[in-house]
Parts: sequence; C-alpha cells; structure tokens
Amino acid sequence: MDLHFTGARATPAERDAVDRVLGSPSSDPLGASARRERRHLLLPVLHAISERAGWISGGALNYACERLSVPPAEAYGVASFYDLFSTTPRPPVVLHVCDDIACRCAGAEDLCAALERVCGAAGSATAGQSATWLRAPCLGLCDRAPAALLATAGDSPAYRRVAPATAESLLSSLGSAPAGNGTAAEPLPYVGGTHVRLLRRVGSVDPESLDAYRDAGGYAALRRALEIGAERVVDEIVASNLLGRGGAAFPTGRKMQAVARAAGRTRYLVCNADESEPGTFKDRVLMEHDPFAVVEAMTIAAIATGCERGFVYVRGEYPQAARRLQAAVDAARRAELLGGNVMQTGLRFDVEIRRGAGAYICGEETALFNSLEGKRGEPRSKPPFPVDAGLFGMPTLINNVETLANLPAIVLEGGARYAKTGTPGSTGTRLFCLSGCVTRSGVYEVEHGVTLGALIAMAGGVRDGATLRTVLLGGAAGSFVGPEALDLRLTFEDARAAGATLGSGVVMLFDDRTAMPDVVRRIARFFRHESCGQCVPCRVGTVRQAEVLERIAGATASPGDVALLDEIGRVMRDASICGLGQTAANAIASARTLGLLEARA
Amino acid sequence: MIELTIDGAPVCVAPGATVLDACTAAGVETPTLCFLETLTPVNACRVCVVELEGARVLVPACARKAENGMAIRTDTERVRHSRKMVLEFLASSVDLSTAPDAQRFCERYGAQPSRYGTGETVERPIKIDNALYVRDYSKCIMCYKCVEACGTDAQNTFAIAAAGRGFDAHISTEFDVALPDSACVYCGNCIGVCPTGALMFQSEYALRRQGAWDESRQTETDTICPYCGVGCTLRLHVQENEIVKVTSPLENGVTHGNLCIKGRFGTTYVSNVEPGGERRG
Repeated sequence: MDLHFTGARATPAERDAVDRVLGSPSSDPLGASARRERRHLLLPVLHAISERAGWISGGALNYACERLSVPPAEAYGVASFYDLFSTTPRPPVVLHVCDDIACRCAGAEDLCAALERVCGAAGSATAGQSATWLRAPCLGLCDRAPAALLATAGDSPAYRRVAPATAESLLSSLGSAPAGNGTAAEPLPYVGGTHVRLLRRVGSVDPESLDAYRDAGGYAALRRALEIGAERVVDEIVASNLLGRGGAAFPTGRKMQAVARAAGRTRYLVCNADESEPGTFKDRVLMEHDPFAVVEAMTIAAIATGCERGFVYVRGEYPQAARRLQAAVDAARRAELLGGNVMQTGLRFDVEIRRGAGAYICGEETALFNSLEGKRGEPRSKPPFPVDAGLFGMPTLINNVETLANLPAIVLEGGARYAKTGTPGSTGTRLFCLSGCVTRSGVYEVEHGVTLGALIAMAGGVRDGATLRTVLLGGAAGSFVGPEALDLRLTFEDARAAGATLGSGVVMLFDDRTAMPDVVRRIARFFRHESCGQCVPCRVGTVRQAEVLERIAGATASPGDVALLDEIGRVMRDASICGLGQTAANAIASARTLGLLEARA
Repeated sequence: MIELTIDGAPVCVAPGATVLDACTAAGVETPTLCFLETLTPVNACRVCVVELEGARVLVPACARKAENGMAIRTDTERVRHSRKMVLEFLASSVDLSTAPDAQRFCERYGAQPSRYGTGETVERPIKIDNALYVRDYSKCIMCYKCVEACGTDAQNTFAIAAAGRGFDAHISTEFDVALPDSACVYCGNCIGVCPTGALMFQSEYALRRQGAWDESRQTETDTICPYCGVGCTLRLHVQENEIVKVTSPLENGVTHGNLCIKGRFGTTYVSNVEPGGERRG
C-alpha cells in the first residue's frame, strides 16, 4: 500500500506532540508493515495533537499517518468518530458543559442559557477567540451536578472540573488562566451497609502513595494469589459466583476459565473503564480514590489467566482517573509489582493506560477493542466472543473496573465465603450511584438484597422532602421504575423478575416537580448522539425515536406516535448489532408504561 | 457437512458456509443490501436478519456461520417486522431512486417511509470534482462496500473511509478533500459495488440528467481488455452505439468484478470522445 498525502504540513508543535508519543522519526521501524504494527498508538497520538493544538489539523494528521503508515482517510475516520476531537479549528480552551439528565435536573439548561447570552451559541469562539463552550453528554460527575469539564490545550495541557457549577464559575473559567490539574476538595462519597469492601480505602487512604496502600492491606491479595497459584485463583473466583458489574452480569469466573484455557497463545487483559452510562460514576470514584486496587486486581486476574499485557481503557472525560492510574502503574512498576518479575516470581505482567476520546459506544467491549487498535469504535459481530478473539484478535479477558475490584477480596476471603454475602444469585456487595433529586448523592456500597427504598433512605431520601415520582434504575440503557418498586430487592434476579436491570448501578431519582417528557427526550437525544452509525436499526432508529420524543415533549405528537415508538423500539432491540441499539429503547418504553410521557398539569 | 433447518426444512451446507448460503440452498430468497459475494460481510444493513431458535436477538444471515443443529426461521412476524423497519428507515432518510433492489424489497415488505413525515434525512450536496465519477451521498445507505472495495478487499488504495458518527456518519476522503487530491486511482471499483447509485459514472449521470438513460435499450457485450496481459473481462454496456458503462462480471475468475482505470474508463477512443463525454472535434 502506497500512502498518498495532501500537501498539508504539521507545525513544529504538532510534530513535537506526535514525537513525544512515538519517539523521534529516526527511531521508526523500517518498512511500512512494521510501522503499521503501531497502529494502536493512533488514538494516543490524536490525543497528543488535540491537547497541544486544540484540534486535529490536516498537516498533523498527515504527519501521524506517515509515522504510523495509516491511510489518512482512515485516520480521519477515526479522528472524526470521537466527540472530544475536532477536525476543524477550535480555540485551545474548551468548556464541556454537561446537559445530561442529572445535570439537567440541577439546572444545566439555565447554565447553557447564561453561556449562550454571554459567549454566543455553543461552539462559537469567545474570550478573545481563546475559548469556546460545548454541550456534553454525562461527564460522570452526577454527584456534583451541574457539572462541567474545562480542557485547556497547549504546551502544558490541563483539565479542571467545575462542579457543582454556577453561571459565574463557568464564565470565569472561560476567561481565566488554567489552574493546573488540581481539583478542589471533593465531597467524599457516602458508604453504607455492613460489608464495605470496595470503598474501604476510599477517602481515607492517600491514592497517590503505594506505601499507604500497602499499609492499608494492599497487595496482600496478590501475594496470596501467587501463593495459591493461578488455577486455584480461578477456582475461587468461580466459587464466588461474581457477576460482571458493567451491566451485562456475565459470570466473571467463566470468562477467566475460558481465557486461562487458551494456554500457549498471547492473551490480553483489558479493564473496561469507559464508564459512560449516564448517571454512572462509581468506577471513577474507585480509580481516583483507590487506583492501586485496580492495578492489583488486574495483576491478579492476569496472573490467573496467563495474560502478560493489560490495558485500562479510561473514558476521555476522566483525566484525573487516568492520571492517578498512570501514577499507580508507574509506582507499582518501580516496586516490581508490575513488569518482568512480579513480586520476584519471574511472572511477567504490565499495564498501559489508554484514554477514550468521547464515545459511549466504546464501553461496548468489541468497540473498545477496535478503539484500542486505533480504529473507529464500531462494535464487532459476536460470535466470536472476546475470550476467543478479542483485542488484536487474541483471547482477551475484559472486565469492568468494579468487577475487577472485587478480586482481591475474593482471593483473600476465599470464593465460598465471599459468596455468603449478598444473595445466592447475586453475591457480594454492589456500588450504586445515587443522583438526581436525592438528599445526599454519591456512591453507596451495599450488599445485594437491600431494597431500593432502603438504599434511597440511606441517602437521605428525596431532596427537600418532595414526593418521589420515579427512579431511573441501571442508566439510560436501564429503565424507569415507579414508587411501588421501593420494595424491590436490589439483586440481579429480582431486577430481572421485575423487568428491570441494575445495569451499571445507576439510581437516579426524579421528584414530582420534574418535567419527565423532557428527561425522556434527553435520553433519546443521548442515544441518537452516541450511536456509532454502523447498523441501520440503531443509526436511523435512534434518530426516529428522538424525533417522536421531540414531538411528545413539544406536545405536537400525533395519535400514531406512541405505537410508532414501540415499532422503532422492537427493531432496535431485535436487529441492532450491539447492546447500545438493543437497549436504546428500554428506558423510553418503561417511561411510556409508567405514564411519564404525559405532561402534568 | 453442517446440518441445519431453514423454516423447518433440513439443509446441508459445507463447513464455513453462512446462514445466507443455507437459505439460498433451501430455496429461500433473502434480501441483502450490504452483502456482496466478493467482499467481507460487514452485516451493517441488517435487512437479511433471520430468527435463530434460542437466540435473544435476530442474527444477520450474511455473516453468521451455519452451525450444526441451528433452527432458522426466515419468515416470522419478528423477521418481517425488522426487515420492514430497516427498509422504512432507509427509504425515509436516503434517496433510493436509483436503488432498484432496495425499492423491490420495500415493496415486498410493505415499507411505508412516508409515516416518518419530515424526519431528518442524509441529504447533502452532490460531489462532482473529477471527470469520471459522481458521488451523491444523499443516496448512500452506508453499506461500506465502496470502502471495502477501495481497501483490503480489492484495491488497497484506501482513498475513502467512514467518517463522523451515528446518523452523521458518511463516506469521506481525509478532511473531505476532492477526489483528485486524495489517494483515489479511479479504478471505479467503488462504483462497481455501490448498490444505490450513490456512486455513478459521469457517463451514466449525464444521460440520466438528460432523461436519456434507458437500460431497456442497452446491450451488454463481454470482451477482453486490450491494455495489458492480465486479460480482464470487460462487460461493455452500450446504448445507441455508445459505450455508456464498463463493468466486469463478479463471477469472473480473473477480475471478481474489479478493473483498473484503463479497463474501466479507457474505452472512449472507440467513439472518439474525451473521458468526460465531450466529443473530440
């Protein structure tokens, strides 16, 4: 393949940004096919360009493509897939203002209106052409809604959260110089229940100190895992009956058995940290406040299944989590807890932190693999499943952050004892993300089996003593449940029996003052925005669904619209390639059943 | 051999065969848009979905490998509903006026695109930036066939790829540069595989605009390309003694339907016209 390039040339700054990822051009492997082996570095390179220049120019893309031997048309297809990148000139300072459901209920539209008044429409340059603002889907800061993320490109790129945001704080953030990566003192998540496992170090142990982590019991589980050996570790995880916490609830032990059986082949471990389900922020809390636990858990999983290379794919909107994880990986490597000789056993395992760039779909495991490989984040057809052909076509163990975070406890306690917590069908504890019209939003860890009502009571109930109208359970891909569901025991089996799902642990409350048709419309807009566009049922179905909900929210719906919504939902559920399309109508269908689409007087 | 049933009838297919192959073997015609024998299945259009007993969702016949014991249903209410909706979605968002297969399927499944009213469409300006191709992406259903033909499935030129996301996804060169500024080598293989007329030869486009394109008055003549020693089969589409289009049969063992710029466009000397259609003075 002879690549063809337009005449556009990279600026020295853009070249430098690329070189910092790939090394100097003189270090490039000889031959195009060897350079193509590094295609998986395309996304990190695009990040580097974007963070330096604020956008991805034709010249910068050409230079990246030359270095990686990637056709420019393909690289453009990748760059234009991700929401955080711009392929047209953009000011260096970008304020991403969340207008998704939780933030919407906390006044995000008023903030956007204020920004529009002062700075012009979203996307227009302001503050002397140096800044702009954009609307964003859920930023995973629902516990501090309304939220915004300020990204500053340049020689020392920086990110800053503005949450909870006010019109004043947003406007001043656009005008002021970047304030580094630091975040102001954050309110700690609340914990509850009697068996706090996952959050036990959160808020009390310095997340940037390996010593502090070890003093708090860290790395005892890895030591134990190495003592009992790989097979026994897998056995314990099977015995624990741990089910995946990312939303699909697949038995973790069975995945591990399948990958462990692929002996003799290169295998990969991937930690899915692309937490993007609206209303979900539990994995962010774990990564930001207990990053070593994620690294240790990955090491246990890798050693149990024979993986020598692991990746954490962190969503692009979580720069703080990525930074803390990177620091943890570096520290663990220095202490020989990662690398070529893990804990002096001769076993090899290392971790790379990779960042997404604004695409909900990349939380779908096969889309995530494509994204890691430097391709567009489009899901693949299954079968084959990741345990047979995953990242780079090799057997891959992919687990959500919270799922992995359970492994140390299982190894230390033993699977059988772990399985005694929770219920037989839903073992262990679970992180729930409480947000919306709740008194104390945050991440709560409770044993499976606690009722929805008890969990909400733990968080102080509905804010301002208002009346509960509905709860969004499991996220935008989950469903709304009414107040009658407060007795629902929060387990996989009870949720399933009730026609609901725990999904990614979202528990978002709406009181009787919330304009629900507007909330449901925002969910429809979310799926329209996040569909990858690969298959027709989802690409067009999410648009048609959103159009019907625009009409409903605008009170211009026709009598046939509700039936049409059902028909659209059915084809998306039946014929979409992946879980995004298959679940894009769930919350909307449940809203209809509960009568939430009808405007209230 | 793999044994499965299609609508209750037992069928035997060779290992590696797809459900679509099995349907064909059972005499069941399956609609397809993004599928082509010579390309890797992308199963993006989903118009070929069938019901697989025991599966939670419908499966794409074109890509799913046949397995022993599969029980496939091709004409259930669920299958018909999905096919009808996919076709409605396409017909309500894309100009299918030069897509005869899609039109036929719409009729067969009773698609009613008009019920989406003034819903959003993919309409965008037509691209005429060279003498040989016209690209009208208002007619594009995003079947990815052109990308595959331009890439590893045939030409290995990689001039075009899918760009953007969701409903805004579209086929594009890098930064949407004009074809002459891209890697395009004008082999025309993208046009050869396009199922909707979104990609069209200038010659066909010009005749259509004049209202003069008439396939019923065209003859097809197979011959061998005169240029090099490969010996590609050319199929000349002739209307009123003018070559209006050159293709190659998909089933041809030499070309698999692919040609190069010379075979595809280098026939104008026959009627003494410039490649753009201007007759030499």
